[in-house]
Amino acid sequence: MFLTRQSTGSSGAKGYLPDGLVVALAGNPNTGKSTVFNSLTGMKQHTGNWTGKTVAYARGRYRYRGLDYILVDLPGSYSLLASSVEEEVARDFICFEHPAVTVVVVDATCLERNLNLVLQILEITAHVVVCVNLLDEAKRKKIRLDLSALSRILGIPVVGTNAREGQGLEQLQEAVSRVASGKLLADSLKITYSRPVEEAVALLEPAVRKLIPADLDSRWVSLRLLDGDSTLDRSLNRFLNTYLHQNEVLTAKIAEAKALLKKESGGKTASDLIVTAIFETAENIARRVTAAAVDQARQWDRRLDRLLTSKGFGIPVMLALLGVLFWITITGANYPSQLLATALFWIEGRLSNIILATGAPPWLHGALVTGVYRTLAWVVSVMLPPMAIFFPLFTFLEDLGYLPRVAFNLDHFFKKAGAHGKQVLTMCMGFGCNAAGVVACRIIDSPRERLIAILTNNFVPCNGRFPTLVVLATIFLGGPRGFSGSLAATVVILGVIVLGVMVTLVISKILSQTILKGFSSTFALELPPYRRPQLGRILVRSFIDRTLFVLSRAVIVAAPAGLVIWLMVNLKIGALSVLDYSARFLQPFGELLGMDGYIIMAFLLGFPANEIVIPILIMSYLATGSLMDLGCLNQLQMLLVENGWTWLTAVCVMLFSLNHFPCGTTLLTIHRETRSIKWTAVAFLIPTLTGIIICFLVAQTARLLGLA
Amino acid sequence: MSQGLIPLHRLPVGSRGRVRQINITGAVRRRMLDLGLTFSTEVAVLQKSPSGDPTAYFIRGAVVALRSQEASQILVAPVD
Repeated sequence: MFLTRQSTGSSGAKGYLPDGLVVALAGNPNTGKSTVFNSLTGMKQHTGNWTGKTVAYARGRYRYRGLDYILVDLPGSYSLLASSVEEEVARDFICFEHPAVTVVVVDATCLERNLNLVLQILEITAHVVVCVNLLDEAKRKKIRLDLSALSRILGIPVVGTNAREGQGLEQLQEAVSRVASGKLLADSLKITYSRPVEEAVALLEPAVRKLIPADLDSRWVSLRLLDGDSTLDRSLNRFLNTYLHQNEVLTAKIAEAKALLKKESGGKTASDLIVTAIFETAENIARRVTAAAVDQARQWDRRLDRLLTSKGFGIPVMLALLGVLFWITITGANYPSQLLATALFWIEGRLSNIILATGAPPWLHGALVTGVYRTLAWVVSVMLPPMAIFFPLFTFLEDLGYLPRVAFNLDHFFKKAGAHGKQVLTMCMGFGCNAAGVVACRIIDSPRERLIAILTNNFVPCNGRFPTLVVLATIFLGGPRGFSGSLAATVVILGVIVLGVMVTLVISKILSQTILKGFSSTFALELPPYRRPQLGRILVRSFIDRTLFVLSRAVIVAAPAGLVIWLMVNLKIGALSVLDYSARFLQPFGELLGMDGYIIMAFLLGFPANEIVIPILIMSYLATGSLMDLGCLNQLQMLLVENGWTWLTAVCVMLFSLNHFPCGTTLLTIHRETRSIKWTAVAFLIPTLTGIIICFLVAQTARLLGLA
Repeated sequence: MSQGLIPLHRLPVGSRGRVRQINITGAVRRRMLDLGLTFSTEVAVLQKSPSGDPTAYFIRGAVVALRSQEASQILVAPVD
């Protein structure tokens, strides 16, 4: 949802809401904008909801000297010239919602590029505070900035901060309050353009001024009209009901001004001249306030890049890093997993006694304990440890700035597949959760390539499937427990991931040559400076945002699913349970794919969340086999082997886990993102068919060769 | 093509060039301009990706990777 005056209930006064002053937070991506936001608001923001194509923003509040402030976190953007949805949203907020103050967060290590945005915002409003963040990074890179000179040149307050350490935030709040109270309105810097642009603006501006409200900068609107920015016209319609292009006098003036500009500038376009002037101004300012040999400052980054993205080592290092990640996860998760299982099954015994002591009927005891509780216990003990280890490690790489390097390394393959290099970033998100990965596909501008990324995101195993893979790899393919075993399991998991990437590329290629024909679009990927990750923040973020979120979702789904399974196991028709009937029906199909009917059933019942596939399977087997205490992996292995599992079964289950229909949440998200039943159906069918074909081929080949 | 100008993707790793011509139009041009690739901007070639494309460039204090498809449309004059 757009935050509009209506929706926030504004009294209409500039920048004021009944419950506080509106402060907008703008900035390039990767400047620590969200850290500033979280530090100021104490993490009390509503997380942005993503409806449709609208990019929503987080809002939070803080109090300073008895006044309430509402902080609005605008999407990160490099520019306000509206070449992407994020930029349009940010521009519209600053332009039409009239925040009392706009704080622009800039990266101290990359001032020139960041000033571009500052200068553009200054053209719209003078109520700006510049927050030069990441001063510690700059210091480490031996970049020295003269902030008071910057403030003098820009004519607005400039505050230096290290938001991660909480440094400078008090001064930032002070500057915001002073600008909001109107005490600090000096002459802010306005860019002077080359003569042809200035003449064209002079010709246009009087006509524009008559048509727009006084609180909108007519010079800025004139520049946009010269620039031919059609998105502004759309926004003017939406926010102000003004139809500039329907005004014939103005349209004539625009044509006249454009013609003048073209003649005076020797054929250059307005947009070139405007952008060039802004950048030249930024360059000039940056040079005046920065003291550093920039090349020297970035040496460490360059060295790291030379290793991490080098011709010989780039891809091997990437695989090795991923391998180490998995290895630590597999070895580290084993012990806590057993401990948790023991604890949770001990509780099961007690719970059982209590329920029986109350005189509850056996069916109720069965449904609650063997149904709901046991499934929950399994989900928690199997999933929690690997997630609690994997996510912080992955967040570490993310914070370090490594993921864009992965996209850089792999872009060539994606280009060949007719897809976008940024698809890699959406796949990385998919490691956490495919639904999040699908939403992340918005970073791809071309609709065709975005659709490809959405349709193939499921080929990255999310963490709901990740524990299944880890458990099976450890049991069946790792061999004996211990160092060599976990190493083998790591290699298997790594193989599964590489396979997932290869399937993604093949399917992307097929899509871009059939139903989504086309060539790859522009690719410009920023490789941000490496940052020293903050361990405390990583632990908190990965645990709260990811581990707890995913686990709670799994638990919510697992509880009712446990009940359904218990019912299916215990509702008998004749001698057989409903589950047995279903499994028998699916048995031939399962066998074709190297699995059995119960496994197929588990995948079907796991539709709400992939996390519960293994627990469902255990419940189904336990209902037919001997009941036992599933304390550790050895016993799970025994149970599976008793039910006819071989290494081939494990391989096929892993393959099918990688390649099958997305979970319910992901499909709903795909539907919301594509707004099309057709594409949602395609997203369901592609991985399912891929899985069926791959499992069939693997199972039949192995049997034919007498390997299993 | 003017004298002495070479497409950006041909500029060897480790060398620099000054933007002289951008032969792209429309939205892609806008994107390039927003990255700071304006007339007479100095660009340094940092390194190629493992498969040789895309290439990382140092543009106005930031590192940006471009595919040769786009970089070939940007003509630069080599800087010593």
